[in-house]
Amino acid sequence: MKRFLIHITTTIGLLALASTAAFSDGAATLRQGEPIASEPQAPKITKVENNDVKRVRNYPEQPPTIPHKTRDYEISLNANKCMSCHARTRTGESQAPMVSVTHYMDRDNQVLATVSPRRYFCNQCHVTQVTAPPLVENEFTDVENIIKGE
Amino acid sequence: MLTPFKKLWGFVCRIWSSANRPAKHLSIGFLTIGGFVAGVMFWGGFNTALEYTNTEEFCVSCHEMGDNVFVELKPTIHYSNRSGVRATCPDCHVPHNWTDKISRKMQASKEVWGKLFGTINTREKFQAERRRLAGHEWDRLKANNSLECRNCHSTESMDITVQSTRAAEAHQAFLFTGEKTCIDCHKGIAHELPDMTGVEGWE
Repeated sequence: MKRFLIHITTTIGLLALASTAAFSDGAATLRQGEPIASEPQAPKITKVENNDVKRVRNYPEQPPTIPHKTRDYEISLNANKCMSCHARTRTGESQAPMVSVTHYMDRDNQVLATVSPRRYFCNQCHVTQVTAPPLVENEFTDVENIIKGE
Repeated sequence: MLTPFKKLWGFVCRIWSSANRPAKHLSIGFLTIGGFVAGVMFWGGFNTALEYTNTEEFCVSCHEMGDNVFVELKPTIHYSNRSGVRATCPDCHVPHNWTDKISRKMQASKEVWGKLFGTINTREKFQAERRRLAGHEWDRLKANNSLECRNCHSTESMDITVQSTRAAEAHQAFLFTGEKTCIDCHKGIAHELPDMTGVEGWE
């Protein structure tokens, strides 16, 4: 029995070694292959998109991205800057899109008068976009193209 | 029997009667030139002291400011930005015009009282008073049509063609028409906000 256990552990150990070797050559890492002791050249900080143009959603349920800067927009227990434009009552003045009706529902689909607490922290789902090149290739295929058989 | 009040009144009468007589030993030249020099020194000293209280260094020397509002200011665009222009405390919180500045400075004597008695000497006390204190600043800026904002950001020199679409539209609809003033929309741009429940324009 003991001998069998030793066999198993050595096999697992060898497999683990082999897999690290496979990762270390040619795999994309954020460190660009720089040794752990030295600091690689930091990539340039990119700009936040601020063109007020909607991006197409990749699937219907995707939370829309934010097409403007949100620097210093406070979302805290005290205040929610986003809602001072995107709340139902504020859209008349701001002409901003209203947060969707799902944000006014609790988890049992009961409609509430104000935004549901579980939807309060906007940037949990909605994020700004930057003009950075993707770090890894994106192979996402739109469902439209899958339907068309492309 | 002389009461303390009568004693004091006698003292005031003696001062007045000597001030009301022509000088016996001092020449008119000494009095006029000396008075002028003393006046210059007094006014210069007063102004220097006043200007010293109008520096960021002075404001931040109290931990109430240094540990709360100053820390919150640092990451915002009025402290760190691409063009390197920085707004310091008095740029927004003290009027630049002399008479307004003096009246603000007189109001600020209340803040010295608060400092002495520790009204906001902990973060918790400060947070509890935050809505009231922020309200004072909003009211002041509302009353003077956001004068301290406009010392740098004037409507006339604002080129809305280089603003983002939403900013340009909002400024055209509300700022240029005079319907709103800067502080109506731009609250909490340099410091964290208090509890905004019940504040107009906030949900």
